[in-house]
Amino acid sequence: MTVKQKTLKKGGKLGEVLRSREISLLLVMVLLCVVIQWRSGGTFFTPGVITQLAQNYAYTAVLTFGMLLVLLIGGIDISIASTLAFSGMASSMLMQHGFLTNPFMVFLVSTLIGLGCGLIIGLVIAKGKVLPIIATLGFQYIVRGLTYVISDSKWVSSDEMLPAFTQFSLDSFLGIPYLAWIFLVLFVIVLLVLKWTEFGRQIYAVGSNAEAAKISGINIDRIKILVYSINGAIAGLAGAMFTSKYASAQSNMATGAEMDVIAACVIGGVSLNGGQGNAVGALLGVITIAIISKSLSLVGIDAFWQQALKGVIILLAVAVNVLVQRNNDREVLKGREI
Amino acid sequence: MATKSGRTIAHIKQRSVGSVLLRWESILFLIFLAVNIVNYSLSPDKYFNTSNLLRGLRETLVSGMIVFPMAFILLLGDIDLSVGGNVCLSATVLGLVYNASGSIWLGILAAVATGTVCGLINGLLLTRFTELAPMVVTLATNILYRGISEGILGDTATKGMQKVDWFKSLYFGKLGDIYYILIIFLVLAVIFGLVMHKTVFGRQMFAVGENKRAAKYAGIGVEKIRLIVFTLAGFMCGITAMFYCAKTGSVMSNAAEGYELDAICVCVLGGISTAGGKGTLPGAMIAFFTIALLKYGLGLVNIKGQIINVIIGALLVVVVMIPTVQDLIKKHRIKK
Repeated sequence: MTVKQKTLKKGGKLGEVLRSREISLLLVMVLLCVVIQWRSGGTFFTPGVITQLAQNYAYTAVLTFGMLLVLLIGGIDISIASTLAFSGMASSMLMQHGFLTNPFMVFLVSTLIGLGCGLIIGLVIAKGKVLPIIATLGFQYIVRGLTYVISDSKWVSSDEMLPAFTQFSLDSFLGIPYLAWIFLVLFVIVLLVLKWTEFGRQIYAVGSNAEAAKISGINIDRIKILVYSINGAIAGLAGAMFTSKYASAQSNMATGAEMDVIAACVIGGVSLNGGQGNAVGALLGVITIAIISKSLSLVGIDAFWQQALKGVIILLAVAVNVLVQRNNDREVLKGREI
Repeated sequence: MATKSGRTIAHIKQRSVGSVLLRWESILFLIFLAVNIVNYSLSPDKYFNTSNLLRGLRETLVSGMIVFPMAFILLLGDIDLSVGGNVCLSATVLGLVYNASGSIWLGILAAVATGTVCGLINGLLLTRFTELAPMVVTLATNILYRGISEGILGDTATKGMQKVDWFKSLYFGKLGDIYYILIIFLVLAVIFGLVMHKTVFGRQMFAVGENKRAAKYAGIGVEKIRLIVFTLAGFMCGITAMFYCAKTGSVMSNAAEGYELDAICVCVLGGISTAGGKGTLPGAMIAFFTIALLKYGLGLVNIKGQIINVIIGALLVVVVMIPTVQDLIKKHRIKK
């Protein structure tokens, strides 16, 4: 008993706890995969299914990394799906009318439009001192409405898009689809930035204790504006990915995607109070969401029950998270008594 | 953290500007008047037509029922994103029970029971796991409740509720010129307003929203109050589901989508901060009727719903920034 407590005491550092949390999530995921593989009669882990999974959920994954940054500074952004639709629609329309002739320019323009949206949201939150949930709720209405206004509620269909642009989402490099490359590269960037750059550490500082961060000389407003701008840019990038993947741009696209994205972050152990969570967790979270969504039909669960099950899984994930945390805290306290 | 810093700002403001509540409502009332004037000048012959006006208002009353419990929840510093899913599930149950038993009373009872149980589940989860953010839990239960409804209904609808005349008249019937639903809405507004501002329970809600820990040390059963309020919200979702069925007569799994955000938007515009402990029900009511009339008036001149949403969103963001701008102007003056 004492030996166990001693090891626990050693491992009581925050880093250890966080790392173990990701390992437990990974274990759950592996278990999930094994069960699915067994129940689906080996039809899950085939290159075809995995590729499809990566293509379908690449945009969710990309959005998750943006949301991770926002949640880390203690904010929230429920307008990302609207930003995605607006920048995807705007760039598609520019392509439709022949202003953009290079598929990479479409991606770039879409990202820049998203950056603009994010910048405005960041300014309202930081300089206007509006609570993030309220500001982004407002912008959810505004940006989605503007999408309908600029498109006049019409679609941009695949034959009006550049063939190279729609082909982009189908092609792959080294056996991995381009869309998956985008989120993998973004994952590495976010991971590195959060861990080893001043900006990354400042994000954690603002999220853990804004007052303390301010006193220690961090320009909180600047960090907030930057983070919301980055998040907007990522949503814009996701907009181009979405339109490329589905080869059409509609005003109501990706409605409700923000909920999936927040759920992915929460499953990945990102706290909504800020300052807690990392890129690995977010990646695992979004993979879990993707696997659940994809696999239910493979194991013979009626497609209509998928949403309900998703809700249960999110609840279980957060409840287990709390129980583990409580247990850890108790053990740490016990260790201190001795 | 965000809520925390939001609260500090609210504090400073309260001290410097004095009675903010009064000011907030006067700003709101000005906006309300402005909306009316704009609407009137856009369609002078149609806007103040009583029957048009009442019918236009009626459109928003069903989702408006959610505003009352949402005001309470926001006042506590919590949030409930599951009301849309809850209304959807309750309405589904109403339709199914009615179609199975042939009794609309049984259907209503089942719907209200379902709504209350769903609310209770939210409350229990949040009070048993106090570490969890309400946003996460209710986000998940929203997916869950709507998901159950989707699982039951698939891509079909449950129908036939409008066959019962008196049930249909809950939404369509009127007493003199005024719709029943408007009367019920106003009565509910008075009841909820009195509970919020004139009872011990109401004061306790303000205390909890202002500072949970202080309220706890003052002997207020914080978790009990949260449980009651979330269950009450569930109950109101059941009631809303009843009116929803009376209005549409059929329920699909996308019923009541977005009710949660609409209600939050009204409350925030009405001065009820999502940080908790601040706001009034009359404020929320002014905001509700402002938005309802805005929708009705702009609808008269054939402005699309999506553009109206842009205006509502902009109104929300701009109005919420007013106190900050006031502070800035004040600081500027002091410097001079």
